[in-house]
Amino acid sequence: MGTWFAENSLLLGLALLDGLANAALVFMVAVGLNLVFGVLRIVNVAHGSLFAIGAYTAASIGLFFAARGLPPWMGYVALVLAAVAIGAVLGPLIERLLLRRIYGHEDVLQLLVTFALFMILEDVQKLVWGVQPVSQDAPLRFLGTVDIPFGEDVIPFTAYQLFVLPGIALVTLLGLAWFLRRTLTGRVIVAVTTDKEAATAMGIDAARITLLTFSFGAGLAALGGALASPTLALVPGIGAQTIVLSFAVVATAGLGQIEGAALTALLIGLGRSIAVYFAPEFEVVVPYLIMVAVLLVRPQGLFGVIETRRV
Amino acid sequence: MTEAVTRRAAMLGAGATAGSLLFAGSGAKAQGKPSELRVGITTFLSGSASVFGVPAKQAAELLFEEVNKAGGIGGVPLRPIFVDEAPGTDHLVGEFRRLVQNEGVQLIFASISSGSCLACTPLSDEMKKTTVLWDCGTQRIFEEGQHPYAFRTQGYGTPEVLAPLLYLLKHKPDFRTLAVINQDYAWGRDSWELWKSAMDVLKPGVRVVAEMFPRFGATDYSTEVTRLLAARPDVILSTSWGGDLVTLLRQSAERRLFDRSTFVLPVCEPSLPILGRTMAAGHIIGTRGDHWNNHPSPKDPARLKRFVDAYRAKYNEYPIYPCHHMAQAISATQAAYAKAIAAKGGGWPNDAELAAAFRGLTFDTPTSSITLREDGQGLEDQIVGISSFNTQYPFAVPKDMILFPAAMVSTPVGRKSVDWLKSLTPDFLSQIPAPIAG
Repeated sequence: MGTWFAENSLLLGLALLDGLANAALVFMVAVGLNLVFGVLRIVNVAHGSLFAIGAYTAASIGLFFAARGLPPWMGYVALVLAAVAIGAVLGPLIERLLLRRIYGHEDVLQLLVTFALFMILEDVQKLVWGVQPVSQDAPLRFLGTVDIPFGEDVIPFTAYQLFVLPGIALVTLLGLAWFLRRTLTGRVIVAVTTDKEAATAMGIDAARITLLTFSFGAGLAALGGALASPTLALVPGIGAQTIVLSFAVVATAGLGQIEGAALTALLIGLGRSIAVYFAPEFEVVVPYLIMVAVLLVRPQGLFGVIETRRV
Repeated sequence: MTEAVTRRAAMLGAGATAGSLLFAGSGAKAQGKPSELRVGITTFLSGSASVFGVPAKQAAELLFEEVNKAGGIGGVPLRPIFVDEAPGTDHLVGEFRRLVQNEGVQLIFASISSGSCLACTPLSDEMKKTTVLWDCGTQRIFEEGQHPYAFRTQGYGTPEVLAPLLYLLKHKPDFRTLAVINQDYAWGRDSWELWKSAMDVLKPGVRVVAEMFPRFGATDYSTEVTRLLAARPDVILSTSWGGDLVTLLRQSAERRLFDRSTFVLPVCEPSLPILGRTMAAGHIIGTRGDHWNNHPSPKDPARLKRFVDAYRAKYNEYPIYPCHHMAQAISATQAAYAKAIAAKGGGWPNDAELAAAFRGLTFDTPTSSITLREDGQGLEDQIVGISSFNTQYPFAVPKDMILFPAAMVSTPVGRKSVDWLKSLTPDFLSQIPAPIAG
């Protein structure tokens, strides 16, 4: 075993770098889904659409900026603008017009409604952006590459992949933890998550908190899409790919658990990267193998808590 | 209108009609000239493969309009009825039956997905309905069974993989290592099996340093790119397409993978306009046929230009290979009806007569002529070239193109592709033609 590690230490090092970037993207999408479930108790299938629309919007704004001859760093402004726009416009619209009507209803109805929304938003994407791949990689090119030593060779990594993605994911994790535990609004969100009835009885406006949380979650999904957009080609169906993986993260992490989502994303990111090097056939199933392994030992998820059933 | 009368007649004379239908079979029925020629077309209208399916649908709409303006086929206007094949083969099988039984289509164009075609061809046998396989590439269709009503109006997987391999062996004969990165589904796996079967006999001893089959629709290839950078293969093969290929090539370009290895990309033509200058020069590119928009010596240059210009004018983008494949299906249909109507002295052909006209048919495309073999497989030449840039196109186009005659790179009738490829010898390389002038 020790010999194997010694022989493959260089490759494992590369896998670690790839895994961190991969984990960062997975975390950004899954954490929004997890937050929304924690407060709204709704498994939002349309979360994948918010990711996709965030990505498309970021690419469109970026392309618009590029066409106007604006400097390449404005590509980063495009990423933020897209996330804010989706969180501030689409999030409240969905929550007010649709989700508010199904709080407390049966899970299957909630799933059906959010799935219907997902299907509608998929068609909206095709109507607006068409079916051909859309690309905008100005943020990636702006920072260039960094050569990582690999024996006598070097391996070029994009600085975006090495620093920007993990950096933003880390800031998001720490910022969310601080926000939820150290600010009044954050504590109110935690109160509603823990016991909505008691929180309402104490004068908390639960409707406002759910609106705020969903919009914030939508913004996080859009930010995940926006951050992914410089590295990928946007095509119909990327929302569906994303939501399946996000559900695996949320189930493994424990519903509503931010730190759990971070740890799970890290496990999945590293697991997939290592699989690509040493057992590529398993790369696709790694997230689900991790999920099954965790749920067999801790059915409530890594950080989940067992809830007392309310009669 | 025709459908309503038929239903009424069927209700009034239920017993007699049912009996005659039961014993006569649809293939032998006499058919009058219909008021319109309905063509069921299955294509991807949603999902990731809609990058091919929607442009093909656009091409169909453009060309059907043109044909109808010119008087239709035998004076009968065409009406396409589109069906989305994205929901899967179970859904498609039901849709195939609906198209035949409820919509009364005279023939069906099916499909992009090989899985869809494998599901539809047995139905064409059962329902005796002429089915034009307009885009799918699996070699299994005609190698594993006989389908008297199914015809493929373009090439298929074997020549589309063998031609780029032959080009590589001509262009870079001294390569020693190779990596493959294909999508994890039937085409990705099958195309690798075809490639490896031929490579092992045409150039024995090549070391495969990485075999990767990322999830279909994968949104990130950074880890795979890192592995390829570390492995430094002489050649990287990828038969991927659509958004997957665009993502792979963009990430490869950003990290200078194009500088380390020669890519062989048999299905990359539709991605080139999207990639623009991101695609590097000097790599081997294919288009599943001979229908490059910059074909240096097309059979009918005016027709090719007219099609490309009309498509660009209407949709503001270049036609990609599924558009050309759709055009080929329509050309074949026109030629088959003309042949069948002539054979019947001006009468309208029934299903069996139409299928008979397709067998052995030769029809013209803007770039060449395609002949449908006795097994129903079309013989389409393959053009492979090296990616390059010129002032005419804002994206990579091939140069130093080699035209591989279809008969040279297609599996002989009655043989299985993998067996045939394994039986080739290095002498086969002497048959590779010289590059096309121009």
